[in-house]
Amino acid sequence: MSVAAAFFYLFAFVLVASAFMVISSRNPVQSVLFLILAFVNAAGLFILIGAEFLALILVVVYVGAVAVLFLFVVMMLDVDFVELRQGFLQYLPVGVVVGMIFLAELVLVVGAWATGPGVASAVQSAPGGIATESNVRAIAAVLYTDYIYFFQAAGFVLLVAMIGAIVLTLRHKVNVRRQNITAQVTRSSTIEVVKVRPGQGL
Amino acid sequence: MDIGLSHYLTVAAILFTLGTLGIFLNRKNVIVILMSVELILLAVNINLVSFSAFLGNLTGQVFALLVLTVAAAEAAIGLAILVVFYRNRGSIAVEDINAMKG
Repeated sequence: MSVAAAFFYLFAFVLVASAFMVISSRNPVQSVLFLILAFVNAAGLFILIGAEFLALILVVVYVGAVAVLFLFVVMMLDVDFVELRQGFLQYLPVGVVVGMIFLAELVLVVGAWATGPGVASAVQSAPGGIATESNVRAIAAVLYTDYIYFFQAAGFVLLVAMIGAIVLTLRHKVNVRRQNITAQVTRSSTIEVVKVRPGQGL
Repeated sequence: MDIGLSHYLTVAAILFTLGTLGIFLNRKNVIVILMSVELILLAVNINLVSFSAFLGNLTGQVFALLVLTVAAAEAAIGLAILVVFYRNRGSIAVEDINAMKG
C-alpha cells in the first residue's frame, strides 16, 4: 500500500469516526470539537486529491470561523442539554432505517455509475481544463474570468448574511444612554452668534 | 490498491448518511441539527472536489467554493436566529419553535 493510500485511509477513517461522534456525543461542546476534527481531516483529503486551495479555505473558514461561532453559541446559551437529549433512543430506529436506505442508494450509485459518451468532450470544452500550474493559480484563472458573476454573487450572499446576522442580534437597551449626534449638533441654547466690529473686539 | 474516485464517493456517502442520521437522532437540539447540516454540505463538497479532480476540470472546485460560502452564511444566519429565539423563549428545544403554528 502506497503512502498516499495509507493517508487516504487514515483521513477517511478519522473523518467518519469524528462525524459519528458529532451526532452521538452527549456534550455539544464535544460535538463542535469533533466537527473541527472532521473538517481538518476533510481538508487532508482535499490536499491528497490535489485541491490545496479548497483545503486551506476549509481550514480557514470552517475551523477558524464557523466552528468557533458554534462554540461561542453553545457556550453562550445556558441550555440544559441533558433535557434536549431525551428521546434520543426513541428516534434511533427510524433514523437508522432512513440512513440505511440513503446509504444503500448512494452505494448503488457509487457501484453503478458510468461516464457518459459525451462527458469527455464536454469536460474538455468547458472552462477550467486540466491544471498545469498550481491549484490556486488555476482556480483564480477561471474564478475571476469565466465565473466572475458567481464570485460576485457569493460575495453578495456573504454581505446579506452579515447584515442579517447584525440586524437579528442587535438590540438597544433602554437604560444605556447613546450619543445622539443630530440633537447634539443642532442644539441652539449653548451657541451664540456674535457680530464683531472691526477694531473694537468684544 | 490504488485510490480511485469510488473511494472518495464512498467516504462522502457515509458522511452524508451520518449527517442525515444526526438530524433524526437529535430531533430536539437545534445546534446539533445545524452541525449535521454542515456535515451534509461537507459530503457534497467532497463529491464535487473528487469529481473535479478525477475528470480534470476545475469547475467543480469553483462550485464547491460557492457551496462553502453558502454554508458559512447559513451557519451565521442560523446561529443568529437561534440566539434571538433563546432571548425570547429561554429555550432552544425544537418543539418550542411553534410560534407560527405552521
